[in-house]
Amino acid sequence: MSIRLKREVMTADVLIIGGGTAGCYAALTLSNHSDLKVIVAEKAGIRRSGCLAAGVNAINAYITEGQTPEDYVDYAMKDAAGIAREDLLLTAARRFNKVTADLERLGLVILKDEKGNYVTRGKRNIKINGENIKPILADAVLQATNVTVLEHVNVTDLLATGNEVRGAVGFHMEETTAYEIRAAAVIVTTGGASGLYKPNNPGFSRHKMWYPPFNTGAGYAMGIKAGAEMTSFEMRFIALRCKDTIAPTGTIAQGVRAKQINSKGEIYEEKYGITTSERVYGTVRENQLGNGPCYLHTEGIDKDTEEDLLKAYLNMAPSQTLRWLQSDRTPGKEDVEIAGTEPYIVGGHTASGYWINTNRETTITGLYAAGDAAGGCPQKYVTGALAEGEIAALDIIKKGRKMDHSYEVLSFAEETFREYERILNGSEAVFTAEELEEAMQKVMDEYAGGISVNYQYNEKQLKLGEEKILEITKLTRYLNASDMHELMFVYELLERLVVCRSVIAHLGFRKETRWHSFQENLDFPRSDEAYYKFVNSTLKDGALVLRLRNIGKETVYEHTDI
Amino acid sequence: MSIRISKEACVGCLACTRVCPGSLIKEKDGKAFIKYSRDCWGCASCVKECGFGAIDFYLGADMGGNGTVMNVSEHGDLLLWKVTRPDGTIRIIEVNGKNSNKY
Repeated sequence: MSIRLKREVMTADVLIIGGGTAGCYAALTLSNHSDLKVIVAEKAGIRRSGCLAAGVNAINAYITEGQTPEDYVDYAMKDAAGIAREDLLLTAARRFNKVTADLERLGLVILKDEKGNYVTRGKRNIKINGENIKPILADAVLQATNVTVLEHVNVTDLLATGNEVRGAVGFHMEETTAYEIRAAAVIVTTGGASGLYKPNNPGFSRHKMWYPPFNTGAGYAMGIKAGAEMTSFEMRFIALRCKDTIAPTGTIAQGVRAKQINSKGEIYEEKYGITTSERVYGTVRENQLGNGPCYLHTEGIDKDTEEDLLKAYLNMAPSQTLRWLQSDRTPGKEDVEIAGTEPYIVGGHTASGYWINTNRETTITGLYAAGDAAGGCPQKYVTGALAEGEIAALDIIKKGRKMDHSYEVLSFAEETFREYERILNGSEAVFTAEELEEAMQKVMDEYAGGISVNYQYNEKQLKLGEEKILEITKLTRYLNASDMHELMFVYELLERLVVCRSVIAHLGFRKETRWHSFQENLDFPRSDEAYYKFVNSTLKDGALVLRLRNIGKETVYEHTDI
Repeated sequence: MSIRISKEACVGCLACTRVCPGSLIKEKDGKAFIKYSRDCWGCASCVKECGFGAIDFYLGADMGGNGTVMNVSEHGDLLLWKVTRPDGTIRIIEVNGKNSNKY
C-alpha cells in the first residue's frame, strides 16, 4: 500500500527553523517586542533539543569587569587568525551581558561572590549551573504569546521566489503529514553540522561526539540549495576533548588550571601556542612525534576539588563522571587522557555559515541566520547565539515583515512532497542511508583531512574526495524509507552530503594554511597574506562558485555586491 | 553510549519519547523503548525526565564502559545521581540545582 502524505499549509509572519538556543531566543524577542505571528519548527521536542541538551557549566562569552566588547572582538579575531567580521563580533559582544541577565531572570543559576557579583573564570567566562538551561529557555517559549511551537517537524527545504524567502517545507516525524509553512521572514537556527567525518568512536558509540549528532547541517544545506552565499566552510572546528567520552576539557584546563602534558610528563602546550586550533595541533604533533598519549595533568588535585569536578561534569557531560566513577579512576588519581575530535562545521566556534549582514540577514531577502548556522562570528558560544537570535528578530520587527495573504503559491512545495512520497514508496534498495553515511564519513576522513590523516590534506586528495562524495550522492537516488523517521535519516544524509561538497570546495580554494589542524593544506603549508580574506561560495546552476571577500573593518555591513 | 529502559519500571507516560533530542525513544505495547540505541548522544535528558527511575545510561564498551550504569532522581532542588557498578556497589552524588558549578 502506498503512502500518501496529508498536506498541511500553515502561515506565519516569521518562521523559525530550529528551536535551539538562537531559535528560542529569537521567538522570545519577537513575542516580547511585536505582535508578529511566529512558528517555531523543531525536529525534536524543544525542551532538550539542540546543543544545550545536557547543559553547560559556564557562560563562555561574557564581558567581565574591566573588559569591553572591543576586547572580546580582539580576542576572537586573534583566535581566528583574522578571519572574522568585526561588525558581527561587536554587535554580539555588546549583548552578551544583557542576554545573560535575561537568562538569570528566567531562572538560570549564576555563581556570585559575597557582594553579589558574578564569579568569573578568566577574562570572559562566568560560572553557572547550566544543567537546566534549555528547559528554562523552552518553558519561556512555550508560554510566549503569538508563538506556535511545531515539535517533531523536520524542515528540509526553503521556499523562495526571485531572491526573496517565502517559507519552508518539511514533514512530521511520526505522522504522515507534510507541511508547507508560508512566512514573510524565516530565521535559520538549525545549528551546525556534525557527522560529516568518521567520528572518534565509529562503532556502537558513534554518536558519543562533541556536537549534537542530530545537528546535520540542515540549515546550511537548505541555504546552499536556495542559492544563499556561504562563508568559511574550510575553517573547521576540532575540539580538544577527554578521550572516549568526548567530554569538554575547558572545565579542567581553566577550572583546575591543569596543563597539557605528554606521556613523558612534559608540558607541551606552550610549545605550540594556546589558541583553540593550536591546542589541538600541539596534541596531534606530540602524538606524531611518538610522545603520546597526551593528558591534562590532574593527578594530585585535592579531594574537594575532585568532588567539585565530578559534579561539574554531571551538569554538562555526565558520561565523564560515569567514566571516572565506574572504576574509581578519578582525576585526582589519574591524569585525564585527551584527544582531538573529528572536524565539525559550526558557526558558534568558527566563522563557518551563512554570509550575513550586520542585522543577520543572509543574501536572500527575508532569510536570516543566527547561532551556529550563521557565519563570520566565531567564539560566539551560547550568549552570542542568543544575541544573534535577538538581533535578527529585532530587524524583522523593524522592517515590518508581515505575512501578505496574496501569497503566490509555489509549485516547489508540492514537488518536494512528491519527493518525500517517492522515497517512502520506493522499492527495496541495496543500500541504506546508514551505509551511505558511513561511506561518506570514510571519504571525508581519508581525503578531506579527518582524524586518520591528522587533519591534513592535499589537493589531489580533495579532488578524489570530491569525486567520491558526488558518487555517493548519486547513490542516494535509490534510497527508500519505510517510515517518517527513516525519511528523516535519508534527508539528514542528503544534507550532510551537500555540506561535505562545500567543505571540500572551500578547503581547496584556500591555497595556504591559515590554521593548523582546522585547515591544514599540505600543498601550501604556510599562511599567505593574499588569503587574509574570507572564502565564500554560492551554488549557481548546480555548480559551486567560490570567491574571496575582503576582511572589512566597517561597523555596519550590508550586502551590496551579491 | 546508550540507555536501557526497564520494562518493569516504565509506567508508559512516554515523557522520555518527547524529550529525546534525537526522537530515538518510541512507544511499543504501551511502554517506552529505545529504538535507535546506536544513535544515542548520551545527553541523559531522558534519564532526568523519567520520574520512575526506569532509565539507566551506560558507556559503550568501545568507549571504555565496564557495565556500570547511572541514573538520576530529583528531590526538590537536589539531583541525586546514582552509579551502580557491576559488582553491585553503589555511589551516590548529590548536586544542588541552586548551587553553581565552581569551575
